[in-house]
Amino acid sequence: MDPSRDGTRIKSRIGVVPQLDNLDAELTVLENLLMYARYFDIPGAEARRRADELLDFVQLTERAGDQVEPLSGGMKRRLTIARALINEPDLLLLDEPTTGLDPQARHLVWDRLYRLKSRGVTLVITTHYMDEAEQLCDRLVVMDHAKIVAQGSPRELIEEYSTREVLELRVTDTVRGSLDGRLDDLADRVEELPDRILLYAPDGEQALEQVHAREIPIESALVRRSTLEDVFLRLTGRSLIE
Amino acid sequence: MTALRVTQRNLWVYRRTWRGSVFGSFLTPLLYLGALGVGLGSFIAAQDDSALGGVTYLEFLGPGLLAATCMQTATFEATFPIMGKISWRRNYEAMLAAPLSVPDLVLGEMGWMAVRLTTISFAFLVVLTLFGIPTSPLAVLAWPLAVLTGLGFFTAIMAFTATQKNDSGFAALFRFVINPLFLFSGTFFPVDRLPDGIEFIAALTPLYHGVALIRGVMLQTPELANWPIHLGYLVVFLAVAMYLAHRLLFRRLVK
Repeated sequence: MDPSRDGTRIKSRIGVVPQLDNLDAELTVLENLLMYARYFDIPGAEARRRADELLDFVQLTERAGDQVEPLSGGMKRRLTIARALINEPDLLLLDEPTTGLDPQARHLVWDRLYRLKSRGVTLVITTHYMDEAEQLCDRLVVMDHAKIVAQGSPRELIEEYSTREVLELRVTDTVRGSLDGRLDDLADRVEELPDRILLYAPDGEQALEQVHAREIPIESALVRRSTLEDVFLRLTGRSLIE
Repeated sequence: MTALRVTQRNLWVYRRTWRGSVFGSFLTPLLYLGALGVGLGSFIAAQDDSALGGVTYLEFLGPGLLAATCMQTATFEATFPIMGKISWRRNYEAMLAAPLSVPDLVLGEMGWMAVRLTTISFAFLVVLTLFGIPTSPLAVLAWPLAVLTGLGFFTAIMAFTATQKNDSGFAALFRFVINPLFLFSGTFFPVDRLPDGIEFIAALTPLYHGVALIRGVMLQTPELANWPIHLGYLVVFLAVAMYLAHRLLFRRLVK
């Protein structure tokens, strides 16, 4: 289909959840869904059936008759998602769907998006949250200054751009000054941050034993698995992107 | 016919506020005609009334006020509410993500404005009739003509709103365009009382033609003879405004 000619047909098969909510503040929660259904020419009875079902799906049935404005950020986002689903789209576009939401609200949104995914709806999500990408995405693309710098499944990206584990060390400034590269051969890659030192190693515990064996005094140590966040920071750098 | 969805959306919102709005539709003409038509008019009657073409000041004022009220209502509706839908609440963004297009937005908003103007001018005509102002059976034509006049302003100002980043331009629009039109387009006194240069400018404005036409059909004044010019002006004004509204809204929302 050609977007310049078939705009209407294309739009009838996709749903859009914008970053900033653009709900109709002059209509109630239920009316927002019913009116949006009218825009898609969905007949009244069918619109009502879908609206009730969607309000239940996003857990807003009790707020059906309320105005939109007093709703919390999480509720508005869920209503926006419900509205984007009113035309039963094959493709759902979501722009930073959980930005600004509290943890409970985020998990509820993730849960609903996961259910949509299992029903066969294709989700296209942009996000700054690597945990979100890890939770929801089968395939992801890392972009830096409008360029694709890496793509693949979360697991592939971690394997390719990071190690299996990361050892995080905290040391005093005096110890840090006297290290003199003594950590460098313990890991594939060593990154010194102002507050800690990161050792990217296949086996973090083993690297930690080596640190102890070399009698380097440390304040604290933490071994964790590599995450997409490590990949993202490796690929796009730690300086602020303005 | 998807444009009707936009009209319908406004109707749904209006369902909650119609009482106050209908009350205002009757109150506005009552206040103006009471204070200016009856009150101020009583002084004017004492003087020579041939300057008004042989009608009383109340009769002269009423039809002009109908046209001017349609302009003012349309102007208000085309500024803040439309700006809200473009950038504050971004209703149009949501509508365009659904299968609606920019022409649907323009025609749908115009459709709703036509409904509002129809009810407002109906209320106005009822009040004018109570004051005994229509003296010609042609007066019934004032109804659609008032809608046409208001619709032209609505659409033109919607085009203007599409070019504005925020609402600061609206104060200037009211101060330098709408208020001068309200005062100098023949609503309160005949424009031939103005110096020639200003009279010429006044005769070029859309409100002047709306006032002349509506007054013409209500009182069968000599102005009625020029009805094709007045009507043609209003139709062309509306057509140009529609073209601009579509173009500028498209540029603002899509490009």
